[in-house]
Amino acid sequence: MTIDDLTTRSGQWLSGGPLSEIVISSRVRLARNLAGFPFLSKATEAQRREIEHLLGEKIGSIDLGHETFYVDIARSSELDRQVLVERHLISRQHAEGEGHRGVILSTTEEFALMVNEEDHLRLQALRGGFQLEDAWKEIDRIDSALEEKIDYAFHDRFGYLTACPTNVGTGIRVSVMLHLPALKLTNELEKVMRAARDMHLAVRGLYGEGTEATGDFYQISNQTTLGKSEEEIIAEFKDRVIPRIVEYETLARETLVRERPVALDDKIWRAYGVLENARAVSSEETLFLLSHLRMGVSLGRIDRLKLDTVNRLFLLTQPGHLQKIHGSPLDGEQRSIARAEFIRRTLVSNN
Amino acid sequence: MLCQRCKKQSATVHLTEIINAEKREKHLCEKCAAEEGVTMKQHIPLNELLTSFLVAQAGAQEIANLTCPECGMTFVEYRNHGLLGCPHDYDAFEKALTPLIQHAHEGGTHHVGKVPRHRAGTATRQTELLRLRRELNAAVQREDYERAAELRDRIQTLESQ
Repeated sequence: MTIDDLTTRSGQWLSGGPLSEIVISSRVRLARNLAGFPFLSKATEAQRREIEHLLGEKIGSIDLGHETFYVDIARSSELDRQVLVERHLISRQHAEGEGHRGVILSTTEEFALMVNEEDHLRLQALRGGFQLEDAWKEIDRIDSALEEKIDYAFHDRFGYLTACPTNVGTGIRVSVMLHLPALKLTNELEKVMRAARDMHLAVRGLYGEGTEATGDFYQISNQTTLGKSEEEIIAEFKDRVIPRIVEYETLARETLVRERPVALDDKIWRAYGVLENARAVSSEETLFLLSHLRMGVSLGRIDRLKLDTVNRLFLLTQPGHLQKIHGSPLDGEQRSIARAEFIRRTLVSNN
Repeated sequence: MLCQRCKKQSATVHLTEIINAEKREKHLCEKCAAEEGVTMKQHIPLNELLTSFLVAQAGAQEIANLTCPECGMTFVEYRNHGLLGCPHDYDAFEKALTPLIQHAHEGGTHHVGKVPRHRAGTATRQTELLRLRRELNAAVQREDYERAAELRDRIQTLESQ
């Protein structure tokens, strides 16, 4: 299995699943460090190599329940790293970092174990739609199996020790990616976001920290990792936060259908019209248009397309994927042309 | 109070700007604030938070001078980078870190979640390993391979316990 094998198919985070009209994906990440080693900011290159080697060996010796492959990020091409970021398998920080580092991926893309990112090990499980419980169970199982083999840096009072104290304790980060076009169109979004922030939750864009919310995608994640158990944090998301936001978005969509059906259809069909006919389109404009198209498909306002096709377009029209599919590097202008062509072809073959 | 800009909605965003020591106040409604490009700053970067804590605390100098005996990181260095140097920093900087950690975790001060089932690593042993690895680095750097081999053996023995 190589990165090239991934690039033509849809990612795990866009694979559907419960409530996928609104909830794109669920992710649970654990941050861990080896006992007896400095954190990475004070580790020498030799120690980084030792950590990478040790973790590779120990992870290789446990039953992960899936076929996996290792990507040596330090030796990967920029394009390969970009593809992994676009698929949410590694962070931007990991792609752009320095020194010995890598990622162990399950071929189904259901989990990714980053080695030498900010912490020695970051284990994450990814699921399409609203499946937090599933993601947590899988990553908890891998973490527990690994714990039989290695000593994690653990403190009686502070729990699992992490390079940044904002992750200390459980080291857990629960993130849910949401598509909220109707809240945006009805100007209700800012209220929801403010409420989320009041609950000490972080709201970010498509690619995490420091990124703009594009295509009406929002990532909601917990910030508190100490003083609450993993189960409490998951339950808060599963039973309270996410169902409430999904309900608001559903109401906003219903309001649009009831009170502004023409304006709504106009947006959806204009998006379709542009995507079907454009000869050059930027990734930003694509995200914007696909967002409207996705809402139209979810609401059954446009029946010639499947949600899955729109999801695939979201992923495969991003710069890294586009170049992989094209088979050669493309500059910005060439990408816009290739993107428009790829979208046209996809929409025609789905008609 | 009505919004200064549209004079229709009530002002809910109150802004104080200080430009060249001149203080200016703005009172706007949400819509006008958004149009003026005023965004609410929600995330205070850790470094800023920490700085304000340090200033507020008595004995700030003493805290700034804290140094971890295991990895050599100083508290000031941590403050500038935002990342700690080794697990022992949590003990070495405990006094200074506690208010910061508490603030970042809704008042949480103690771990209540998962605990490793396999916990051979006592704190002393973990610190001992850190120390041995640091000495090993130093030995390799001064090309004292005899000492390095000895240290490597001790690390292995300790790890297999």
